[in-house]
Amino acid sequence: MNFILIAVIVLGIIALVSALILYVCSKKFAVHEDPRLAEVSALLPQANCGGCGFPGCSGMADALVKAADKGSIEGLMCPVGGSPVMEQVADLLGMAVANAEPKVAVVRCNGSCEFRPRTTEYSGLRTCQAMNACGAGETACGFGCLGCGDCVSACQFGAIRMNQETGLPEVDEDKCTACGACVKACPRHIIELRKKGPKGRRVYVSCVNKDKGPVAMKACKVSCIGCGKCEKECPFGAITIDGNLSYIDPDRCRLCRKCEKVCPTHAIVAVNFPAPKVKVEETAEVEQKTEA
Amino acid sequence: MMKLRTFKIGGIHPEENKLTSDMPTKMAELPKQAIFPLSQHIGAPAKPVVNKGDKVKVGQMIAEAGGFVSAPVFSSVSGTVFKIDTSFDATGYRKPVIIINVEGDEWEDTIDRTDKLEKLSDHAELTSEQIVSRIKAAGITGMGGAGFPTFIKLSPPPGTTAQFVIINGVECEPYITSDYRLMMEHPDEILVGIDLLMKAAKVNLGFIGIEENKPEAIRLFEQKCKDGYAKIEVVPLKQKYPQGGEKQLVDAVVNRQVPAPPAIPVNVGAIVQNVGTAFAVYEAVMKHKPLFERYTTVTGKRLANPGNFLVRMGTPMSQLIEACGGMPDGDNKVLAGGPMMGKALTTTDVPICKGTNSVTILSGKDARRTEPQPCIRCAKCVSVCPMGLEPFLLATASAMHKWEKVEQEDIISCIECGSCQFTCPSHRPLLDNIRLGKSTVMGIIKTRNAANKK
Repeated sequence: MNFILIAVIVLGIIALVSALILYVCSKKFAVHEDPRLAEVSALLPQANCGGCGFPGCSGMADALVKAADKGSIEGLMCPVGGSPVMEQVADLLGMAVANAEPKVAVVRCNGSCEFRPRTTEYSGLRTCQAMNACGAGETACGFGCLGCGDCVSACQFGAIRMNQETGLPEVDEDKCTACGACVKACPRHIIELRKKGPKGRRVYVSCVNKDKGPVAMKACKVSCIGCGKCEKECPFGAITIDGNLSYIDPDRCRLCRKCEKVCPTHAIVAVNFPAPKVKVEETAEVEQKTEA
Repeated sequence: MMKLRTFKIGGIHPEENKLTSDMPTKMAELPKQAIFPLSQHIGAPAKPVVNKGDKVKVGQMIAEAGGFVSAPVFSSVSGTVFKIDTSFDATGYRKPVIIINVEGDEWEDTIDRTDKLEKLSDHAELTSEQIVSRIKAAGITGMGGAGFPTFIKLSPPPGTTAQFVIINGVECEPYITSDYRLMMEHPDEILVGIDLLMKAAKVNLGFIGIEENKPEAIRLFEQKCKDGYAKIEVVPLKQKYPQGGEKQLVDAVVNRQVPAPPAIPVNVGAIVQNVGTAFAVYEAVMKHKPLFERYTTVTGKRLANPGNFLVRMGTPMSQLIEACGGMPDGDNKVLAGGPMMGKALTTTDVPICKGTNSVTILSGKDARRTEPQPCIRCAKCVSVCPMGLEPFLLATASAMHKWEKVEQEDIISCIECGSCQFTCPSHRPLLDNIRLGKSTVMGIIKTRNAANKK
């Protein structure tokens, strides 16, 4: 009987002392965490893709709260959540949000198997990074898409897939969150994040080849040869030629599509525009001819 | 017989395939158009000093060194500068080059074209500094393939002292025989070259490492050394790849182990140079002939007439292959270098450069890789790694982008010899992955060091 009593008393004392220590410690060494952190974190999509430039969503939440304390959260953008999420976050933190335009990943290479003949065969490790380090790849173009799909495996949202016919990656605009993972994964820096544009309409140069015209043409029939026709044609000064390569500034481009028409190699691509009326006439003509 | 020396850990025995070892060196024909890449060495690219339309002579400098770690480029032909443009290099990317249209064969007057052997004992007035500056001015880079400017190796970094020079006559790569032919045809010049290198590095001891599969070269050099080069010792080595690697050679010849990078052989007192470099040093210092010619093997099992050539640099490889009977039918893999360390080419319009010791053509089955199978954990790659690394681990971790892990596992010690991939029974692309990891980690270390400096 006595033993049981002693045991209970000793254990009880130990428990009491421990409780006291724990209490004192929890008060004395308490880590103050901003309650807003958890709230902001809850609003973010928790994709942890790193597209914002911070290590995951908690990193972004931390950065947002700190920026809010300094007075402005401008420049911070969650590409996955986009404007709706940023608005919510801004509301919570009592900040104004700069309305960033939605962006989308754009693959700037047109060199499908049809236009860019394969000159060699690569038998090493099938990743773009390895192929790029080892040589110019299977075609004579040292700038274009290697087609091993590093971007596909980098995409966490399943927004890129390889088109087996063209050998080029295709971006699903609805799924793309512009997190930029593919941009980092591409060893040739072909993928660019561009303004999505009104109704998804965009005009861009689908080539990154900086070789001189004849060399580029020899490697790929649809490459930009840096002829400068588009630069002269553009009424808004949106096009610049640098190192035999044309670039359309998305902020200046007004989508007039004049450059697309003058490009001799069809390296300039316009997407999501309604089918031109001319085409209807052409088909009508063809129909007439067949009728005749 | 005395037990032959070799390096301690790892190593493989690939099939030798030295098809051309008994073929005397032929002069390659002059090209119609010579292409000179501005970056034939490790370091900053050279800067052109000629303009379009200029007349140049053989041995004239056409591009000067572009920095401290750099080397000038000399014309190997006489003619007119056609253009300064870009052209394919061995990687298939277009790099800046100088293209010269060949007209006649007019040499610079300063070059001594006689065969007379100039010994160092006849030129006692030459100081170490003079030798180093002539080597630097002649644009000599390592002739074994990596292409590191030679004069830098001869001036050890502060805190280290050179104790001896080791000459690499190992030629452990299969197929290649250019160094062997050079050793058989110009032993006296090479020995004078070694003397010069020793004087330049201010040391009194030299070794020549030669593998046992070249008994005639061993005998020849032992005889010559006995007859007048007492300071130079010939070290016959057991045949094993990659014995020609600097660190392996130092281990094999003097039994000293070079620590992990950034340590270099001179940290243990060794300056390692290729026999080709020794020959080039002789020509540069004694004959005033800058580096514009080299010995190159053009070889391949299905090639009609493989051979060894004395080639003017800038000659397109396609011309040499044509001289050997043309490209064989079927699938071919053309390598600049040997089958182990060589670089697969995407086009044969690439010129012979300072470091091109061989053009190897693998045909048919040899040209293709075998489909990789899952790793069976046999650890063969671990046992053959000459650097004592764990290739399977490095490859897997690199493929998973675990850069911290591969850095911990000392990936930067990898010499990219390819022994692991050669020995893998599952034909896994180990080296491909390790190379990726290595280059990424080197980049990370570089940025980190730059950040720390700030």
